[in-house]
Amino acid sequence: MSVANVSAHDVSAHDDHHDHEHKDSFITKYIFTQDHKMIGKQFLVTGIFWALIGGFLSILFRLQLGFPEMNLEFLRPLLGGWITETGQLDPNFYLALVTMHGTIMVFFVLTAGLSGTFSNFLIPLQIGARDMASGFMNMLSYWFFFLSGVIMFISLFLERGPASGGWVVYPPLSALEQAMPGSGLGMTLWLVSMTFFIASSLLGGINYITTVINLRTKGMSFARLPLTIWAFFLTAVIGLLSFPVLFSAALLLVFDRSFGTSFYLSDIYIGGEALPNTGGSAVLYQHLFWFLGHPEVYIVLLPALGITSEIIATNSRKPIFGYKAMIISMLGITILSFVVWAHHMFVSGLNPFLGSIFMFLTLIIAVPSAVKVFNYLTTLWRGNLRFTPGMLFSIGLVSFFISGGLTGIFLGNSAIDIQLHDTYFVVAHFHLVMGSASFFGLMAGVYHWFPKMFGRMMDEKLGYIHFWLTFVGVYMVFFPMHYIGIAGFPRRYYSWSTYSFTDMYTDLNMFVSVAAIITFAAQFIFLFNFFYSMYRGRIASLNPWQSNTLEWTTPLHPQHGNWPGEIPSVYRWPYDYSKPGAKEDFIPQTVPLSATPESNLPHEEKLVKLEKEIIAEEEQVLVANEYKGS
Amino acid sequence: MYGFLIAIGVVLLLSVIWMVYRIQTLISVAKGSDKKIQTTSNKVNAILFVVFLVGTFALMTWYSIKEFNNYQLPVASEHGVLTDRLFWITMAVTGFIFILTHILLFWFPYKYQYRTDRKAVYYPDNNKLEVIWTLVPAVVLALLVISGWRAWTDITDPAPDGAHEVELLGYQFAWEIRYPGKDNILGDFDYRLINASNSRGVDFSDQNSRDDFPSQTVVIPKGEPVLFKIRARDVLHSVFAPHMRLKMDAVPGMPTRFWFIPTKTTAEMRAELGDEEFEYEIACTEVCGSGHFSMRRVITVVEPDEYRKWFSEQKTFVDSNPSLVMDLPVNEKELAESANQ
Repeated sequence: MSVANVSAHDVSAHDDHHDHEHKDSFITKYIFTQDHKMIGKQFLVTGIFWALIGGFLSILFRLQLGFPEMNLEFLRPLLGGWITETGQLDPNFYLALVTMHGTIMVFFVLTAGLSGTFSNFLIPLQIGARDMASGFMNMLSYWFFFLSGVIMFISLFLERGPASGGWVVYPPLSALEQAMPGSGLGMTLWLVSMTFFIASSLLGGINYITTVINLRTKGMSFARLPLTIWAFFLTAVIGLLSFPVLFSAALLLVFDRSFGTSFYLSDIYIGGEALPNTGGSAVLYQHLFWFLGHPEVYIVLLPALGITSEIIATNSRKPIFGYKAMIISMLGITILSFVVWAHHMFVSGLNPFLGSIFMFLTLIIAVPSAVKVFNYLTTLWRGNLRFTPGMLFSIGLVSFFISGGLTGIFLGNSAIDIQLHDTYFVVAHFHLVMGSASFFGLMAGVYHWFPKMFGRMMDEKLGYIHFWLTFVGVYMVFFPMHYIGIAGFPRRYYSWSTYSFTDMYTDLNMFVSVAAIITFAAQFIFLFNFFYSMYRGRIASLNPWQSNTLEWTTPLHPQHGNWPGEIPSVYRWPYDYSKPGAKEDFIPQTVPLSATPESNLPHEEKLVKLEKEIIAEEEQVLVANEYKGS
Repeated sequence: MYGFLIAIGVVLLLSVIWMVYRIQTLISVAKGSDKKIQTTSNKVNAILFVVFLVGTFALMTWYSIKEFNNYQLPVASEHGVLTDRLFWITMAVTGFIFILTHILLFWFPYKYQYRTDRKAVYYPDNNKLEVIWTLVPAVVLALLVISGWRAWTDITDPAPDGAHEVELLGYQFAWEIRYPGKDNILGDFDYRLINASNSRGVDFSDQNSRDDFPSQTVVIPKGEPVLFKIRARDVLHSVFAPHMRLKMDAVPGMPTRFWFIPTKTTAEMRAELGDEEFEYEIACTEVCGSGHFSMRRVITVVEPDEYRKWFSEQKTFVDSNPSLVMDLPVNEKELAESANQ
């Protein structure tokens, strides 16, 4: 029962002894660990693994789209029967590729890889907690995710292929085995895998919420939380409310597939026979799916925005502009994200009146997003900017957020959406605003918190090269897609030569494919930098970015429990950068206001008295502990 | 052999990169530049943002102008003109914001790059500014939404009386087309009636279906309202007629519809584009399986007179295959007939 003992111990009061009282074995330290930092790293490494697979799959279908005549015989050792006799990609496999690319990127990389990594790693460190509320549930969260990944991975190698109905897996296509090869066992495994994934998200989310509410250190009020924590907290709330709905959608699909029910099926004649199902509604699935599907966009985006807020403030040496407005806009996004889902369904046969309602609600959500962008810009304004790789990726994120967000105004307008729905315009839109922006948030976070994760620095120059190649590359991949989309090219098309209106832009598609390959290749610079620096990077200083937040007050290699001795108390908000009168251009949250009379603002003077009482109280505890220790 | 040479080349290249990497690391350690913040790298990155801004802006402008006629599909329906106008209005508004915000986003890094002799301005909030940039986007968006909403309600209103009905039935992987015949009423259908000789499941016991006829292309008259009645036989499909700015999903078990008024005949469009081969096309835009990309149908828009002539010349299902009604039980046939009298 060492597992139970460890967790009981770490949240107990004898914190100052914890790092030499028990020895972790390899298994409890690296595999079945309950330390939030290690779990965060597990999510990160798994996320990177999946990002490589997801990226590689996209290169395969970009080869088909950019070079339709190319002989892909050289891929036969890898893809086997999916290469046809003429050396082409099998059309069914093409659909499997786009489906798996979407599923992997959205769920495994940008949900688990981003939220899983940074919520786990940063929440206890930044709020001043020893660990998550439940280390055991946290461990389960990772291992459910791992299991879900294993199942999805296995499905890639099935004879009939993995699920292929698009990442949204709309029935009846995904419900009927006759409809396409991927709707057989591949789809079953997709559903099983997603079930475990949902369980993993819920276990993680409950933990994040509980931890943020209950385990904040002394003085860490909600109004002093870093924006990262606000973002992770609200993300977890969104996930907790929306993932169960995806589960219900998946469950009903399982019933339809395996137990003969008709939730989504009605009036179908396929494979030479009329099916007995009547009365179901395929649109019902779309409602259930997008009830998760749209909040999911914010599940992947909010953590990235939170990370960016933190990094931009730190590296601009300026407080984030409009801290409260940032929180209010995130709250607004959180609430609105639940009432816009049907904008994915304007032309699904949805009642047009309902379409109007959702158009209004959708465009409202653009307002808090706009506020965030203006606040980022104002934070940069008259700052003193340090271009660390994390900062570069954060600025890149803001750029993608603008570019992709603005095209959302087209798509949220149902009249304009008629033409653009399910074209490459949509592909360009969400890859910029959701895919690339969140990916850049992930990268920014890795570069910024690498010193805390591994106690070493990543190489900056390689980081710059990685950033510029990726930043230019992403725009070269996705910007041309706007033109292709305005021209009406539909998504998920294997070939463009069937239609005369799409029988053009072979040059542009080739350009996009080449850009995609270069961008993908550039990620290996990051991989090298990441793994090399983990072992051979320069040893980091305790606070390499001169940042205010609590995680930088821990030792270089924090043990399970994070702080030897007392958890530091917090006396101020996290954005006191370049405060007038202060000696340094940053004042960590742990510095009492009473220690900085030269820089206090008028309203802060009132807090000084209150603070002195807290400090006195704390000293008593310290003395008591010392007494016990001797 | 080639493989071997390539492998050696790659190894050499990697080792050169490796050496360069190590050398620059050692140099930076020796110089102590890793301790500094106001470095050349910081400056280079700041400049690169401006270079990126100017470079990509030039590229975007050049390509947008050069390719305009390629990506701007000619429009051939009344509501299409409207939605295109909305599209370009939105483009103007968002384009302005896009350029403005990006100029700020990439110019600030250059202007405010790190200098040891300067301190950033402590500027945590300004409620007036916040209110302004909450209200301004809200008002602009409201205007865009309202214009979009008015167009949307017009487009999705019920079709005017007397609209020409055409049924499009999607299946893996094509569309079946059915016309209502002289009565302008499509006969009933039931998916359980589908068989080799009745691929649409038309219920021929319904009198209205007796004059229905099939067609290989969608033929419609210019300047008159046309109502597409859309359904699917197996999985989801979606009717997409790009030149008509028309899109609507085909859902098994839930018939959908979309009406529009074509404004240019195929011949007129050919003359306009100078392309003798031009055809209006229908594509599928809801993923439906391996043949998703190849569900092409042609729409032929003709002058109303020509349309009426063509319409009257078509052969009904029953005419081309009398066995469709012969199998019907006698009483059902009579019932159907009496019900229609």
